[in-house]
Amino acid sequence: MAIKAMGRRMQQPAAVSEDSWIEVVGLDKRYQPRRSAPTQALRDINLTVRRGEFVSVVGPSGCGKTTLLKILAGLSPKTDGAVRIAGREVSKPLPEVGMVFQAPTLLPWRTIFDNIMVPAEIQKLDRDKHRERAQQLLELVGLTGFERKYPHELSGGMQQRAGICRALVHDPAVLLMDEPFGALDAMTREYMNVELLRIWRESGQTVVLVTHSIPEAVFLSDRVVVLSPRPGRIAEIVPIELDRPRELSVMSSDRAGVYVDRIRNHFNAAGVID
Amino acid sequence: MPTTEVADQTPHTRAPAPQQPTRRRFDLRERPQLWLVPAVFVVVVLAWEYGTQLLAVDEYVLPRPSQIVEALQRQLTDEQFWGHLWVTTQEALLGFVIGVGAAVLLGTFISQIKVVEATLMPYIVAFQTVPKVALAPLFVLWFGFGLTSKVVMAAVISFFPMLVNVIEGLRAADADRIQMLTVFGASKTQIFRMVRLPSALPFIFAGLDIGIVFAILGAVVGEFIGAKEGLGYLLLQTNYNFDIAGMFAVLVVLSVMGLLAHFVIRLLQRRLAFWAEDTKVIGA
Ligand SMILES: Nc1ncnc2c1ncn2[C@@H]1O[C@H](COP(=O)(O)OP(=O)(O)OP(=O)(O)O)[C@@H](O)[C@H]1O
Ligand SMILES: [Mg+2]
Repeated sequence: MAIKAMGRRMQQPAAVSEDSWIEVVGLDKRYQPRRSAPTQALRDINLTVRRGEFVSVVGPSGCGKTTLLKILAGLSPKTDGAVRIAGREVSKPLPEVGMVFQAPTLLPWRTIFDNIMVPAEIQKLDRDKHRERAQQLLELVGLTGFERKYPHELSGGMQQRAGICRALVHDPAVLLMDEPFGALDAMTREYMNVELLRIWRESGQTVVLVTHSIPEAVFLSDRVVVLSPRPGRIAEIVPIELDRPRELSVMSSDRAGVYVDRIRNHFNAAGVID
Repeated sequence: MPTTEVADQTPHTRAPAPQQPTRRRFDLRERPQLWLVPAVFVVVVLAWEYGTQLLAVDEYVLPRPSQIVEALQRQLTDEQFWGHLWVTTQEALLGFVIGVGAAVLLGTFISQIKVVEATLMPYIVAFQTVPKVALAPLFVLWFGFGLTSKVVMAAVISFFPMLVNVIEGLRAADADRIQMLTVFGASKTQIFRMVRLPSALPFIFAGLDIGIVFAILGAVVGEFIGAKEGLGYLLLQTNYNFDIAGMFAVLVVLSVMGLLAHFVIRLLQRRLAFWAEDTKVIGA
């Protein structure tokens, strides 16, 4: 079942290069809670993402991965530096960006189907067209038959999959994903990985995905950004030169193993075992 | 990710079709309260009936249940009684609708603007501590012996718990949910409609639940102060006439009114705020 792109692409300001579709320059983030010491979450992050590229971010817990995504999503103010998507300074959420949250964050008073339609509803997009797409997405993630259920009637993993459908329903040009598969069992996770790559290939989305799983990052990505422990700094950006389209079997290849080891070494060096 | 060869496999994600939970609503072993609740009632009534006889309690102090039932039968066949009941029902319902309606409007308005909320909150808290019942004589003085003074009393007394619940409810919206809507570009109005209002619903129902009981209380208290009809008036009349069993009968009727209203609101709550079974109730 192919999920077609819906032809609603980001308008591109004339001067934006496809090579720096997402541009992060000298980004600093310091949390300043009212009654405690400040936390330096991110320091001097420099990253450019090509249009249509798939980039993963890995790093130990608390190193600022979620923080980075929230800044890209326009949800969290930055302390210093510049963040641009398609040439536009990100200071508030852009409608062309979809996000999958670390927790599913479904609305308990809406059915699964109505939850998935939230972005389309907010942006007042064509209802029938998006209902059809929502139905396709539900089928893709194996939630057919649960449309009329409420979130509390679903398992954590099923809720997370519904959250993924919601992020995709308006066919966003940029997709931000914060550990979208964390709550899934290994088998479902692999299946979702393969499906995500297919959606990505067909839609030409630019994806930034945060994950705890190094093999997952290697399997999915064009490049893997390795963050150091807090304050998060870029330790290395690893280009993954495995042929596309990829199948899961690629992960048993030596080349994939080399990438995984190379990234894992960063964690071991930092005394953090993933 | 284990590296077994399962490329593009059949989806493991197909869960079995959702099943209807088998609900045994009337299983007495699962829910012993189904017989315990009536059992307690029977025991208490019997103890009351025969205990008062045994201890020779004067029926002007505490009438026996059988006498109360008798008095109740007498009242229920009396046309005047129904008139009193209708008056009090009207007063309570009108006051309730006006009180909670005003509370919802004002509460919504207040919580839209932070400065307004911060400015008015101390006054609301201060007013909340005023024993509203003590205002009844004033209302009778201002609005007379008729319906109006009781409606005002019922409205005022049901207003405050509702107001506090509305404000608290609109504040209770989960920050992550608001953030989720924000990412997808929701406006303030959309966030209000899609998250804040539904989040407030359980609180609003808690306010309605207290509010309706308070409204009945307000109407009766108003009638105590000065009225020519209504159940509060009837309560005083039976008292003057030493018809203590009759007085208890009126109390029974008032309790049933409150219970009925409570059940109607709970029913609506189960329908409209089904996702939240029990939310903490903010009393007044
Ligand atoms: N709202 C906040 N206020 C203050 N500090 C925060 C806030 N959010 C995050 N932090 C801090 O910033 C740091 C980075 O947090 P972040 O959530 O980005 O980590 P993460 O890499 O996503 O971790 P995990 O892998 O566990 O999800 C942490 O030390 C955290 O304590
Ligand atoms: Mg995180």
